Amino acid sequence: MELTMSINYLLGAFKPACHISITFADEKNRKKVPIKKENGQTVMVPLFQSQENIVGKISVEPVQGKKIEHNGIKVELLGQIEMYFDRGNFYDFTSLVRELDVPGEIYERKTYPFEFSTVEMPYETYNGVNVRLRIDDPEDPLNLLNNTAQCGATLTGYVLKVTISRGYAGSIVEYHDFVVRNYSPPPSINNSIKMEVGIEDCLHIEFEYNKSKYHLKDVIIGKIYFLLVRIKIKNMDLEIRRRESTGSGANTHVETETLAKFELMDGAPVRGESIPIRLFLSPYDLTPTHRNINNKFSVKYYLNLVLVDEEDRRYFKQQEIMLYRLAENSTSAVSML
Amino acid sequence: MIADGIEDEEKWLSAASAGLQQNAFYMHRALDSNNLKDALKYSAQMLSELRTSRLSPHKYYVLYMRAFDELRKLEIFFYEETKRGCSIIELYELVQHAGNILPRLYLLCTAGSVYIKSKEAPAKDILKDLVEMCRGIQHPLRGLFLRSYLSQVSRDKLPDIGSEYEGDDDTVMDAVDFVLQNFTEMNKLWVRMRYQGPAREKDRREKERSELRDLVGKNLHVLSQIEGVDLDMYRDTVLPRVLEQVVNCKDELAQYYLMDCIIQVFPDEFHLQTLDVLLGAFPQLQPSVDIKTVLSSLMERLSNYAASSGEVLPQFLQVDAFSKLNNAIGKVIEAQADMPVLAVVTLYSSLLTFTLHVHPDRLDYADQVLGSCFNKLSGVGKLDDSQATKQIVALLSAPLDKYNNVMTALKLSNYPRVMECLDIETNKVMAKIIIQNIMKNSTYISNGDKVEALFGLIRGLIKDTDDAVCNEDDEEEFKEDQNAVARLIYMLHHDDPEEMFKIITIVQKHILAGGVKRLPFTVPPLVFTALKLIRALQNGDASKAEEAAAAATRKKIFQLLNQLIEALSNVPAPELALRLYLQCAEAANDSDLEPVACEFFTQAYILYEEEISDSREQVTALQLIIGTLQRMHVFGVENRDTLTHKATGYSAKLLKKPDQCRAVYSCSHLFWADDQDGVRDGERVLLCLKRALKIANAAQQMANATRGSGGSVILFIEILNKYVSSFTFVEYCTVRFSYENQGSIMTRCGSKFRYLYFFEKGNTQITVNTIQDLMELITTEMRSDNAATDPAAEAFFANTLRYIQFQKQKGGAVSEKYEPVKA
Repeated sequence: MELTMSINYLLGAFKPACHISITFADEKNRKKVPIKKENGQTVMVPLFQSQENIVGKISVEPVQGKKIEHNGIKVELLGQIEMYFDRGNFYDFTSLVRELDVPGEIYERKTYPFEFSTVEMPYETYNGVNVRLRIDDPEDPLNLLNNTAQCGATLTGYVLKVTISRGYAGSIVEYHDFVVRNYSPPPSINNSIKMEVGIEDCLHIEFEYNKSKYHLKDVIIGKIYFLLVRIKIKNMDLEIRRRESTGSGANTHVETETLAKFELMDGAPVRGESIPIRLFLSPYDLTPTHRNINNKFSVKYYLNLVLVDEEDRRYFKQQEIMLYRLAENSTSAVSML
Repeated sequence: MIADGIEDEEKWLSAASAGLQQNAFYMHRALDSNNLKDALKYSAQMLSELRTSRLSPHKYYVLYMRAFDELRKLEIFFYEETKRGCSIIELYELVQHAGNILPRLYLLCTAGSVYIKSKEAPAKDILKDLVEMCRGIQHPLRGLFLRSYLSQVSRDKLPDIGSEYEGDDDTVMDAVDFVLQNFTEMNKLWVRMRYQGPAREKDRREKERSELRDLVGKNLHVLSQIEGVDLDMYRDTVLPRVLEQVVNCKDELAQYYLMDCIIQVFPDEFHLQTLDVLLGAFPQLQPSVDIKTVLSSLMERLSNYAASSGEVLPQFLQVDAFSKLNNAIGKVIEAQADMPVLAVVTLYSSLLTFTLHVHPDRLDYADQVLGSCFNKLSGVGKLDDSQATKQIVALLSAPLDKYNNVMTALKLSNYPRVMECLDIETNKVMAKIIIQNIMKNSTYISNGDKVEALFGLIRGLIKDTDDAVCNEDDEEEFKEDQNAVARLIYMLHHDDPEEMFKIITIVQKHILAGGVKRLPFTVPPLVFTALKLIRALQNGDASKAEEAAAAATRKKIFQLLNQLIEALSNVPAPELALRLYLQCAEAANDSDLEPVACEFFTQAYILYEEEISDSREQVTALQLIIGTLQRMHVFGVENRDTLTHKATGYSAKLLKKPDQCRAVYSCSHLFWADDQDGVRDGERVLLCLKRALKIANAAQQMANATRGSGGSVILFIEILNKYVSSFTFVEYCTVRFSYENQGSIMTRCGSKFRYLYFFEKGNTQITVNTIQDLMELITTEMRSDNAATDPAAEAFFANTLRYIQFQKQKGGAVSEKYEPVKA
């Protein structure tokens, strides 16, 4: 019995002095989206968009029988970017603070409401998916965002940070991440992409994608028309490629990744053939196009048409498309036919 | 090398099959647990095995069929999924997420089939989508099988009239469009196979390609099965589009197969009504396409169609089927400059068969065909292609077989011209066919012009050609041929003597030109035909004027006969000529033309004297002369005396005594005509008989001297029979018959009755004594020691005696006459 008591005591000494919980006002009804944790588990995280009010409660509950002396409690809403070449440093592009309490002592559970009204969150949460490296530093706040760190990838994230400032004992900090997605209306101008390309006396094709801007659940319709075929084509694929570029000038770094490889044609066409394209985007893990996020990075998408001949030579033409996120309820039903 | 290739293929096939089976197994598990996601995943993997390029069409088909079976199960699963509430629209999208195109499209077709069944979207839209999406497979083999799968799953779901998938307006058109498009694409892929791969394997590829043709042709079959395709739609849409594809693909194999397919799968009525369009395509086909076979089968079908019911015939006239076909053939031949003669002839042959069946009343059509055919053939000279000549024979036989009357064929002015194109041998064959036809149908040819034409046709048989080489082997055949000609001559007949005479003249002209070898075969029938005419002229109970005309004709005929038989002398065939002369003489006898008969006899005698040297033939010839002369009644005393005298003279000059003996006692008949007003010179009869007896004696002595035995007792009995006229004429004839036909014993017996004959006939010069003496002589001879016992002679003698006894007992005048004869 004694022994048990003493163990409890000892444990208590290293435990955080209090338990902080952060809940959003509409937590139960709010849509949640999955985020993959470092350990491979997927957790559901609340979803917000720009201009929303972020309202909730923060409760601080000291460990039984303890009091907390503090120099003030605040909650921050941070929008951060981490660059691959500058790992560990965050650039806050949004930083809002609400003071929750003046310095004092807390003896029992105390709840603070908070509200950030019409928060400007211009950038979506974005995980550059690339080589993932686990970072073994539990103190690294990035942990809380995704529990992962990336090498060669760029991150945009939003987080609520509660800080109980204390003097010598060190501040107690609690993070609560959420995801931001911003929806765009369908673009008013959305031209098709039409182009004739080729290699002289060897291959001439004309391709057409029905739009230049696609939403994430869209379907790419198009066709490839063969004007001249003097090579023995084996097959033809359409690839969706993502290009992240970070930095500027001499420091520009570009990472390209192929997200989809979709076979369009099998065998060698002859002159005059036209091959249909119908590529559903929904199965792929895509994000909207990000242009020049806070002067730090860009994410662009490309359609890459690749023809492979019998000697496995590749002939390709890459064409940028813009991806945007269409509000779910306004997603017009995709025509099947 | 090749064996290795086959082995490898087997290996690849079994590997692919194993992979397919394994994924099918996982797919089944997913189906059993209603796991759509896994079902899609494993079915896509399963179908990935069909992406192989290593298998020949044959092996690929095996693999395809396995996949096909599995896909049926998947389709059922999809269907059940929709029943369980899964949206077919979503399913249709879901299958399109597959990254590889071939599995994706197989799945899409499978889902599409369920989609149509669900009726959540119009069938036509789904079909259109499917057929468009399949364009992604440009690999010929894989594309063909994929589209074949599409065709298979959609067959029962076309928005046809009366189908449950029929839409609101004009959806048959959509069904047709769909099938046509699939057909077009399949054909393109099929044709493309030819050009893919190394040139040295071209033959193998063409063979493989041929194995795949039914995949393409199946579409046409589907088209023909669509209820809504009526004549209008066929004419306005289906046929033009199919033909467009056929013509444009410029592929020999495809063009041949597809044209044939069109002809076979669509109804005859359609063909008839769209002949213009259909035939218009033929000249545009590749020169190497075997058009003749296709066109022939079209014409054959149309012929059968015409034969099927009389009601359709007006349609043929209405669309002027014949001219169209004729034009088309002309154009095809023009377009294909290198077309072999065989093909040309086959085409015309088919056209002819067609017109004979469809327009049996339009001989001008048939003639037109022959004319066109001749025009084509005349350019190439005599044919040396045995196939082609065979076809020409078939072509020329067709009208004969159809009308069963050579007269009809003779009306075709181009018939002989085509026949001229044949080489000599074939010409003969054709001539024989014509004759056989005449024989088979007992066609009487009754018109001078026709005969002229006919003999023109069979010239090959009746005339030597310059370069004809007749060797020993052909001897039999030659005889057969000539016998055929001979039979043909008997088939010439006309009731009007004038006309008949004309016919005979014509035939004479032809056969006289036919060379010496043929004359022995051809002359006799013509002679007999002419003689028949002569007899016909006599029989008519005509008016005076006609009688005169008939007489004039007769004379002409006899002149003609004379020439005709004279021609035989060049052969030479004296025996035959002699017989014919005698026949003519007999006819002249019947016509009461003494000088003519006399002339013929003279000719016969000359032949006998100058040409017949063989003793055996002499005997025969002499028998004939005597026999004929005996029946002649037209001669005056002078001529008769001359002729009988000569005959008797000849008889006595025969080489062998028995022959002499018999000839002489035969001559006795020349002086005793049967009819009352004939010659009855008993004295000379007796003279002859006595002379015969003398010769018989001499013969016996000769026999005794040389062989030590008398053999000629029979001669005596024969002479006895001549003496004793106790036979009726008829019985005499019987004996004579046997005399001419049986062996030597009977020969001798027959002759001996001569005496009896005259005795009975009432020749007063034959007395009882004479007979009695003779009988005794015979008895003595037979009993003499050195006479060999001859049972036949004894029997003969006994019979003779018995006959005399019989006549005695019969009573009446004859009996009285025999009374004194002791027997």
